[in-house]
Amino acid sequence: MISVDVEFFAMLREHAGREREKVETNADTAAELYSELADRYAFPDIGRMKVAINQEFSDWESRLSDGDSVVFIPPVAGG
Amino acid sequence: MSDFLFSHDLLDPASYRQAQTDSACGGFVCFEGWVRNHNDDRPVIRLEYQAYEKMGIREGQRVLDEALEQFEVSGVSCIHRTGTLEIGDLAVWVGVSAHHRDAAFSACRYIIDEIKLRVPIWKKEHYADGDSGWINNEQAK
Repeated sequence: MISVDVEFFAMLREHAGREREKVETNADTAAELYSELADRYAFPDIGRMKVAINQEFSDWESRLSDGDSVVFIPPVAGG
Repeated sequence: MSDFLFSHDLLDPASYRQAQTDSACGGFVCFEGWVRNHNDDRPVIRLEYQAYEKMGIREGQRVLDEALEQFEVSGVSCIHRTGTLEIGDLAVWVGVSAHHRDAAFSACRYIIDEIKLRVPIWKKEHYADGDSGWINNEQAK
């Protein structure tokens, strides 16, 4: 079991009803964590999401470590 | 000046331009992104920008550093709004100064294109009919 800090943005924040959450999880990878939270909060399909771990774009199969900061990145829309 | 910043308040383009003046430069190119009153024929009444600022500043700065490396430019900067914006408000400002204009035009184009692709910023449109939605740059170029 590890503990990670998850911050939510855009539609994910609305689905989760919160800006951030400390998640205790058995997920090994970012993809597993997304799947776990998608079940809990009815997040959209992982299809077009990206993930950032500790402020860097990362692979969905990256292994999570205790204390990581995780942010799921829906398709962006700056400019 | 070579900074990427977020601002929660109205942008002040005159001051950004002033900060970039350089007597060695013969050209300055600026891009301003404005809040438009429609998207795909749908009337828009306001926008909301949300950013993952901690990462966005790093990624935005990386884009500016790449522009400095790839083009013969002297100064590059970009300021992006967050929060609630009204029609006509300035959403993003990019400024590039260079010894010669060609590099300034190219770098400015590079910066705004990469910012739109890579920096974690999200836009929610509020429509005249009361509906709203998060949109993305893959749908709307």
